[in-house]
Amino acid sequence: MSDMKSSVGQAGLPLWLLAELTYRCPLHCVFCYNPVDYATTGPELSTQDWLRVLREARAAGSVQCGFSGGEPLVREDLEELVAEAHRLGFYTNLLTSGVGLTKERATALKQAGLDHIQLSFQDSTRELNDFLSHTKTFDLKRRTAGLIKAHGWPMVMNCVIHRLNIDYIAQIIDLAVELGAEYLELANNQYYSWAQLNREALLPSREQLERAERITNEYREKLGDRIRIFFVVPDYYETRPKKCMNGWGNVFLTVTPDGSALPCHTAKMIKNVEFPNVRHMSVDYIWNHSDGFNLFRGFEWMKDPCRSCPEKEKDLGGCRCQALMLTGDAANADPVCAKSAHHAVIEQAVAQAQVPDAQRVNVKPLVFRDPKASRELAAAPALQGQR
Amino acid sequence: MSDAFRLDACPRVAGHFRLQWEEVQKAWVLLYPEGMVKLNGSAGEIMHRLDGVKTVQNVVEELERAFNTTGLAGDVLDFLVIAQRQGWVRG
Repeated sequence: MSDMKSSVGQAGLPLWLLAELTYRCPLHCVFCYNPVDYATTGPELSTQDWLRVLREARAAGSVQCGFSGGEPLVREDLEELVAEAHRLGFYTNLLTSGVGLTKERATALKQAGLDHIQLSFQDSTRELNDFLSHTKTFDLKRRTAGLIKAHGWPMVMNCVIHRLNIDYIAQIIDLAVELGAEYLELANNQYYSWAQLNREALLPSREQLERAERITNEYREKLGDRIRIFFVVPDYYETRPKKCMNGWGNVFLTVTPDGSALPCHTAKMIKNVEFPNVRHMSVDYIWNHSDGFNLFRGFEWMKDPCRSCPEKEKDLGGCRCQALMLTGDAANADPVCAKSAHHAVIEQAVAQAQVPDAQRVNVKPLVFRDPKASRELAAAPALQGQR
Repeated sequence: MSDAFRLDACPRVAGHFRLQWEEVQKAWVLLYPEGMVKLNGSAGEIMHRLDGVKTVQNVVEELERAFNTTGLAGDVLDFLVIAQRQGWVRG
């Protein structure tokens, strides 16, 4: 998605449709961005609902379609949805862990017109040792990468980078090269949802981060055109916020498994906003007229320091979800910004991340993404945000 | 990267890029994994004529006819240098 953000200059169309087909997933990643209360959300959209969403979004100008989740391969109608998206003229992307991608399904997806597969490393941290020792995970990745290559798809490998795996960045790059990926996204964890719950354990130290960047640059030099490596810096180490989603309701449209339409995949955490649902409204109406999508467009909603900031057009005040999580108000400046009155919360988290593991006391145990934990978290909303 | 195209070369859109007309944007776009490049008018007019069969000279002549003008060869070749550097076209 990073490319889309940089290459699309013009505003206003829902160019990117993220179709989150399901929250069901065989993995339990501690950094998952699905909502922590995902297990209590409503029933999934039907095939017919999704086919309509695809048609309406395409008519509204969407051109990139990402099939995501959860694990989208869990949906048995994935091939049918890909086929319709292809027929409509979307560029179709499947964002998957590879679990469930059999030879038969790969062939069916190719026939349906799937353009690209983004394969994520199956590093759910329970499996970290396995991943680093290249055993079961490597077998799965090698099989999946083989299928991707055999069907002529370009392969983007994505690995979420955090404190527990960042020291193995060289092995991760080696693995991507060995599997023949054209692109590798080393995506430093962003702290939302499950990752936010586990932030203390996942945020790397500055030293770890600098080492990882240095090694990545050495690999870039060594490998040249063979693989393009993207390194997404964690915003906690910045003093200005990211231009989140390239603007609220500007390029991205996420439709969640239960049909909620969101300007980004984590926006549902903003509980005082009633987001529209594709079961009740057309995509065109949602994008152009719904309150949820208009809420943070433009500059009127801003408070100081953003409102009077000369850089407001550059970053649009950062991320609304991060502002909510860390300051209690989604309309505040993203506290990553050094100008934010709440910037100390970021500085504290960063300071804490510099303490070596051996010297840490009372580190909370990791919370794994699974339905049981999700139901417990939904019942105890105080746990959801970390103020 | 190879050298600039000559007038007798037959460039085409490179491997994993897909070129298509987007009616809503009224523009030609290049699509690739999780990304899009929106082409400006002249870039679109050149790119959609590159089929790996027509020579650069053919494309120049077609454009000169279509826009009722002459002397476009330099502009087309300059664009192809940029397009090749971006990885959008190959010979």
